[in-house]
Amino acid sequence: MLFQKIVAGILCLSLAAECAAMVCQPDEPKQSSVASPADDQQLANAVRDLLQARCWSCHGAGRREAGLRLDERDLILNGGDSGLAVVPGQPDASRLLQRVRSVSADEQMPPEGERLSRQQIQLLTDWLQRGLPWPKSVLPSAAALHWAYQPVSRQQIPPSPSVDAAEWSRNEIDLFVAEKLSARGIRPSPPASRETLIRRASLDLIGLLPTPEQVQQFVSDTSADAWPQVVDRLLASPHFGERWGRHWLDLARYADSDGYEKDNARPDAWRYRDWVIDAINRDLPFDQFTVQQLAGDLLPEAEPLQKLATAFHRQTLTNTEGGTDQEEFRVEACFDRTETTGQVWLGLTVGCARCHSHKYEQLTQREYYQLFSVFNNADEATATVPTAAADVAAWPPLQLAFESRRNELERELAAAGESRIAEFEDWQRQQRELLQSQQVPAELPKEIQAILQLDPARRKAAQQQSLRQFWYRQQADLKPLAARLDEHLKTQPAKPEITVRVLHQRSQSPRRTFVLHRGEFLNPLTDLEVTPAAPGILPPLTSRSADRLPDRLDFARWLVASDNPLSPRVAVNHIWAHLFGRGLVRTLGDFGVRGEAPTHPELLDWLAARFAGIAVAESSPVSGATQPWSRKQLIRLILLSAAWQQSSCHRGDLQTVDPENRLLARQNRLRAEGEIVRDISLQAAGLLSDRVGGPSVFPPLPAGIAELSYAGNFKWVESSGADRYRRGMYTFFKRTSPHPSLTAFDCPDANLTCLERGISNTPLQALVTLNNEVFAECAAAFAGRLGKSDQLTTEGRIELAFQLCLGRSPAMSELNELRQLQQDLTQLALAENVSVADANAGAWRGLCRTLLNLDEFITRE
Amino acid sequence: MTNFEAELQRLTCQHAAQTRRRWLTSSASGIGSAALAALLQGDGVLAGQPEDASDSLQSTLSHFAPRAKHCIFLFQAGAPSHLDLFDPKPRLAELNGRPLPEEIVRKVRFAFIQKESAVLLGSPRRWRKHGQCGMDFSDYLPQLATCADDILMVRSMFSEQFNHHPGQLLLSCGRATFGLPTIGSWLNYGLGSESQDLPGYVVLTSGRGSSGGASLWGSGFLPSHYAGVLFRNQGEAVLNLANPSGVSAAAHRRTLDALQRLNQLRTAEVQDPEIDSRIRNYELAFRMQSAAPELIDLAGESRSTLEAYGVERAQHPQATGRGNVAEAHRTYARNCLLARRLVERGVRFVNIIYEAWDQHSDLNKDLPYNCWVVDQPITALLRDLKQRGLLDTTLVVWGAEFGRTPLGENRKGRAANTGRDHHPFAFSLWMAGGGIRGGQIWGASDEIGWGVADKPVHMNDLQATLLRLFGLDHLKLTHRFQGRDFRLTDVGGTVMQSWLS
Repeated sequence: MLFQKIVAGILCLSLAAECAAMVCQPDEPKQSSVASPADDQQLANAVRDLLQARCWSCHGAGRREAGLRLDERDLILNGGDSGLAVVPGQPDASRLLQRVRSVSADEQMPPEGERLSRQQIQLLTDWLQRGLPWPKSVLPSAAALHWAYQPVSRQQIPPSPSVDAAEWSRNEIDLFVAEKLSARGIRPSPPASRETLIRRASLDLIGLLPTPEQVQQFVSDTSADAWPQVVDRLLASPHFGERWGRHWLDLARYADSDGYEKDNARPDAWRYRDWVIDAINRDLPFDQFTVQQLAGDLLPEAEPLQKLATAFHRQTLTNTEGGTDQEEFRVEACFDRTETTGQVWLGLTVGCARCHSHKYEQLTQREYYQLFSVFNNADEATATVPTAAADVAAWPPLQLAFESRRNELERELAAAGESRIAEFEDWQRQQRELLQSQQVPAELPKEIQAILQLDPARRKAAQQQSLRQFWYRQQADLKPLAARLDEHLKTQPAKPEITVRVLHQRSQSPRRTFVLHRGEFLNPLTDLEVTPAAPGILPPLTSRSADRLPDRLDFARWLVASDNPLSPRVAVNHIWAHLFGRGLVRTLGDFGVRGEAPTHPELLDWLAARFAGIAVAESSPVSGATQPWSRKQLIRLILLSAAWQQSSCHRGDLQTVDPENRLLARQNRLRAEGEIVRDISLQAAGLLSDRVGGPSVFPPLPAGIAELSYAGNFKWVESSGADRYRRGMYTFFKRTSPHPSLTAFDCPDANLTCLERGISNTPLQALVTLNNEVFAECAAAFAGRLGKSDQLTTEGRIELAFQLCLGRSPAMSELNELRQLQQDLTQLALAENVSVADANAGAWRGLCRTLLNLDEFITRE
Repeated sequence: MTNFEAELQRLTCQHAAQTRRRWLTSSASGIGSAALAALLQGDGVLAGQPEDASDSLQSTLSHFAPRAKHCIFLFQAGAPSHLDLFDPKPRLAELNGRPLPEEIVRKVRFAFIQKESAVLLGSPRRWRKHGQCGMDFSDYLPQLATCADDILMVRSMFSEQFNHHPGQLLLSCGRATFGLPTIGSWLNYGLGSESQDLPGYVVLTSGRGSSGGASLWGSGFLPSHYAGVLFRNQGEAVLNLANPSGVSAAAHRRTLDALQRLNQLRTAEVQDPEIDSRIRNYELAFRMQSAAPELIDLAGESRSTLEAYGVERAQHPQATGRGNVAEAHRTYARNCLLARRLVERGVRFVNIIYEAWDQHSDLNKDLPYNCWVVDQPITALLRDLKQRGLLDTTLVVWGAEFGRTPLGENRKGRAANTGRDHHPFAFSLWMAGGGIRGGQIWGASDEIGWGVADKPVHMNDLQATLLRLFGLDHLKLTHRFQGRDFRLTDVGGTVMQSWLS
């Protein structure tokens, strides 16, 4: 608040100063006796020295009073919170000069110390007159030199540091990793067991467990091809798109409801979710993936699915609370679009600059609103798009069958009615007479009356048809036939179309964008109009046609252009993080000067260049040729590396030298995400539905949760059948009351983009997997599944259970523990007078419940 | 090596330790201590190791000597009309039916009011001064009025949000935006929890769902174990507390023992300290399974206590309006009693949400009913806490996201002015206990209650002062997220020194 007061104060002062300056000016000599340097550079240096000595303590990088900085030319031109400070070429119009000239103690700048001398004021006057020349030799600021803003460099693959490392390495990635490890004298970890590898790959790529058969096959196939084959199988699985689609949906803040108080359902939201799954399954190159989501509507001849992709930025919240100012929340959504884009593609926290020039980054408030203006003319609209491809393919024959049957029934009816055509004519005549005499027959619907009143010769065929159909339905002998037709009409297959929320470029009266004072939508600074442009630290944004400003499509293409230093690094880092639990840059959402430097900068650049197709890497026997922007190929490359395949066991020797595992001397052991914890429990139990896509579902929800939504306006109608057992990512996500089993395991709340999920470890999680209805059902079904194998001994069943859950055989100690548990649970039940059969069944349920709660079960090792 | 460094070393579990280290190393000067105390204490609880020397750490590491140890936040969501409860405006009553001066109305936005025809609406309430301090209360809250000398009445609150959800976020998180931790999360982050078998942040609700929903008790960018845990009004106290049907207590314990041994076998194999953490969490979950039902079982409370709170009281004969949902008159009473029980058991922050006060219409019918619902339980709570010596260390806050206008609501289609619209420019909120100097009225609204006339208090100021009562400096309790050090008070916050006893 203090800040606002100061700003308000300055605004008043500025106005007062303007008046004061006008009054004072006549007294000020126009020409000083001492001339300023004629040379621009000398003048620039002198001014810079003056500003440094008298102004920077308040208007420099540190304090930035009133949002104004006077330490860089661009920043001076940007002005402060109350508007422009200088007008090049017009000293008298420049507020800066007015303030230093003022004689009023309240207005004069600098506010403390001696007044600027006439000579100094003249220096500033000349400097403004000559267009603000600025010293050339000044070094670029620290921010401009920051690693992430430099072009992605083509990296040489390092030579193998040792014979051991050469033997260990599987592809180029490993040489980068080995170089760092060997420099610190650290040995990498041995590969994980084959059982662990296939389970890890399955969880990482499709979020599901490998079947015991898949494990067995991989363990016994020791050929060199066995591993790439596993990886390729998983990459080709339709569940790959679900797993990696869900990662993307975290970034997209995807949900099935509006958010805010009313939080109304968005019954079409799932269609965008399915677009993401499909795009990832068909490995839509990341550049196109980007362009379609940010500007699909602006593509030439945009197809419906490209328009659908723009729903990425329709995942913003909608506030329909009574009495809201819709413009306020439109602007709010634009802020979100700007900031989410900055985070997701550029890895920059641009949000700070919404209210003031960024404290740490070289990002000014003006630059923020230049990005904002990219989205300011994207209107919220709808588009009709096909539903799932399968539905679209299935529809024509269904529709054809429907039509032919309809035609058949209509023909039958017409044939039956043919003989009574005279009666029909009589009826028409009668009715028309009645109508003309104002005696409207009560049973006649309005539309039939309207047709009757038309001259029969002038009726359209369809109208005549309707009339005839109506009459048939009145006739006792024709009724059954007509009823059959009516029944059939009800079976018309729904057109495979859905109306979805999308973005659409505003064509009528485009909005102008101004810097908003303190980010307040009612406070545009009308002397600070901006148009789409890139932040100064990044390559310029240009328009694809010379006669107009860059738009959203230009911007999207700029993001994935080969000279953008951030997007490929950020995208590669996301993918890496999903496969190692940490990024090469650990601060996934902050590649700026406050973020962490990459642990392996050369590897990051090598991967980024390869991903973006900047340097066409020579195809190597191991990693093969590359397709630019291919997510699947990048993942494949990483999975084939020895680095990824290392054991995740913690090592005592690393505790001191690399406790955070920055150098990747092992894999990381990671708890599965909330959806996956549920998915694999259902899978082990044999309950999981493998259906991909479709409208969101409503699996069991504890009583009282839906009621927590505002005014109890939300009803959770539990799904039945297979929809109870769909993957967690299909659970209807209500922003104000999300499913508690998901949130207990750190699922994001979908209100803001989420770059990195927490991996917490809490007692509430234990309660979910121990006691929640769904998990109890899993334990029971799992036990039932084991029970089907009548032939198996107790040991055999435990072995099977282990294989199903953990993809490995139990150790003897584990087997003994579980055998004892089974016996003890049986005995405990018998002691409570439960029948032998029930006690036994209960004991197996208890054993399965134990397995589904093992740390190892919910962990990707 | 200090005690806590040694302790930190011990907690080398992979992710958690790394995250912790990041917090600690990323903190600007002076921040680390509070956060470290939180980590160790949070761990002490989550790890089931109450023997950690956390108390001494806490007292030495707090920024100031703490006054409050617990907070009961009575969140009257929807926003009660302070003009009919706490802030008498005789001049407003005189001007009843007159339009507001144009220069006031011109620049403001309303949620529903049609500016052109809006007129002032005086309160028909009868007012009296109470206690030695002479604090005004309307006749709607006769029992609370008897606690006047314990209460700090703030009449100069203001906010910049006039829609419910954004306003509730501002009050809960310090800024009207998503993704930020709520007050209870910050307190537990800063101080840890004292409870060994209950979560440090508990949420209780009465009546209907609030505008803000789950965002009012989220942990934002802080780890999810700092989020509020919702206690329920039906069925089990906490979700998933009861064992699945057919699993006896003995079988459950036997299962947990097997689980523990199997997890230990895995630890031996993979050396991941995160597994130890999971083992401890299963044990804490087990303790919660008995502690939470024990907590909500009021059988041990005396008849006089139950009656004082009104836990089983009969419904009001004129029960009406949005506050009369799902037996709110009983759940509110019960929640107040549960709050005391939670505080007794060391829970740091209890949030009681009652979304009932958005009276755009029928103010004179609905407001008295809501007041009847809350008056007895909150009075009983204050007295009970005081009697048990808990009020000194328990901060009680009663308030909402904003107040209500001095104008009558003339929304389209409503002939009579029977309600009040949202009003963020000046409203009241009260606090008691926990180091608050009671018996004082702070600040003033102007003569018609339109704006703040004296000693304005922003939500961030309230939050800064709240943290100060807990011994925390709002400028130092920060968390680095995406390159910025965030705090509860966003970029504002002034501690109200005069509020401290």
